[in-house]
Amino acid sequence: MNSASHYDVAIIGAGMSGLAAGIRLAHFGRKVCVFERHNAPGGLNSFYSLAGRRYDVGLHAMTNFVRPGVKGTPLGKLLRQLRIDRDEFALCEQRQSRVAFGPHGETALCFSNDFALLEGEVAQKFPAQIDGFRRLVAAVRAYDDVSLDAPAESARAVVRRHITEPLLEDMLFCPVMYYGSATEHDMEFGQFVIMFKALYLEGFARPFDGVRVIIRVLLEKFRAAGGERRMKCGVRRIAARDGRAIALTLDDGSEVTADHVLSSIGAPETESLISTQSKIQNPKLEISVGALSFVETITVLDCQPAALGWGSDTIIFFNDSPRFHYARSEEQVDTRSGVICIPNNFDYGPGRVLPEGIFRCTCLASYERWAHLPDATYRADKLRWYAAIQRSAQRYLPPIPAAPGGPPGTFTRATLATDMFTPRTITKFTGHLGGAIYGSPVKNRQGRTVLANLYLCGTDQGFLGIVGAMLSGISMANYHILQKG
Amino acid sequence: MTKDECRQVVLDIIADIAPDEDLSNVKPDVRLRDQLQLDSMDFLDIVMELRKRHGIEVPEADYLQLASLDSSAEYLTPKFVALGK
Repeated sequence: MNSASHYDVAIIGAGMSGLAAGIRLAHFGRKVCVFERHNAPGGLNSFYSLAGRRYDVGLHAMTNFVRPGVKGTPLGKLLRQLRIDRDEFALCEQRQSRVAFGPHGETALCFSNDFALLEGEVAQKFPAQIDGFRRLVAAVRAYDDVSLDAPAESARAVVRRHITEPLLEDMLFCPVMYYGSATEHDMEFGQFVIMFKALYLEGFARPFDGVRVIIRVLLEKFRAAGGERRMKCGVRRIAARDGRAIALTLDDGSEVTADHVLSSIGAPETESLISTQSKIQNPKLEISVGALSFVETITVLDCQPAALGWGSDTIIFFNDSPRFHYARSEEQVDTRSGVICIPNNFDYGPGRVLPEGIFRCTCLASYERWAHLPDATYRADKLRWYAAIQRSAQRYLPPIPAAPGGPPGTFTRATLATDMFTPRTITKFTGHLGGAIYGSPVKNRQGRTVLANLYLCGTDQGFLGIVGAMLSGISMANYHILQKG
Repeated sequence: MTKDECRQVVLDIIADIAPDEDLSNVKPDVRLRDQLQLDSMDFLDIVMELRKRHGIEVPEADYLQLASLDSSAEYLTPKFVALGK
């Protein structure tokens, strides 16, 4: 065995979960290397530069925000486990977010990092439901959401025991599903609990410089703990023998060995790397590719959104139809519902504003209808859908006022630059099959695979959001490797 | 190593893994869980930091011995002494 290419642990993917696992393992003396195919770390929550501007991809807001002194929550666990001082993330809180339903957002529930706001909104808009809502919240608080072996149950079924008004049910599900559900129409109750706490009981925050701040902290901790990292060098094959991973073939053709392999690239994606002489027969572990993919548009504005009258909402979850449809999109994009994020509308402190306005919209999209288009059609379709998404989203914001003595204000006049990602972009840069940001609908809490020393972390292990992703890496490193001594 | 020093070793570890806890008034004879917000992940870290920093092994069956500072000192001091510390 060549010791230069042998690791205690090899980690596939330098996203949030892989880096967090790497920090734990390196901190406790394991020889660990992270292999990442892309040139940038971050995975599904990364960043890029285009025409001199820096963009975040994925992250609207860091969920799970709690203020200093609030203990026993995922953010606190994460900071402790990774030895991160919360000031290093420099999180700034949201102003206020809104769930807006109806063709023009006629029914709205506002929420913020103070849960009392949402509770008051439900009491005011759905007075007959408030007792049920409080019972639901009590059930959510009582649920052990970090258990690795909780039985699966339908979240819709549990919520309907407490809430009998379908509109309120859909309004509560909309943000929870958009920010993490890999399942169409419904989700597993444990997943619902994680997201309900992350969004409503805890809250949203963002570093002034966006997701790169968080990634930089993780990279620095990992390096300081002695972890190795190889970029632009993915794993293309996992050789297996006798039910164990015995070697990894890298993109450059070289081979490394490891006692343990932790894969953050998704369950079906990991499975597809395994090559064995005899095909393992285990129908229980058959894994499906997720159905849910998204498009996102980013519009850079020459002014603060507040100047357009859009200064109060941080994130808006909208839906124009009688029911909320969270499912594989029939058309290229489903503009009936979506999420608007205005990163300028976090509280960065007095006089501290982002240099330009940013307006982001996310909608459900069809991977199949984007994946195989000829380039010219793909570009034309992006332009067409960009415009359709803006039209749909702007129904949920105040109309732009006219300049004094000038023509009516328009959003287009303020636009400096635009960009858009599609399901095809997601698969190209993250390797997630089907452009499925939230991975497979089947989650695997214990992270086990068909191979005894190969484990999953990240999206398909099932802790959601970026805090969840990091906790997933931590939990799997603890459970499968560190606790075993 | 005295029992007092041993208590301090454990406190130093807790200070590093849970910097958001106030350790100025920790009662040595009261369970740590009852006066600090420490969960099973944190106790695992105490065990692993003992191994990393001091070469002390605490088998899983003995985790309960770390319930309080006093019980930790009773349990760990002979282990430190055995290592010549």
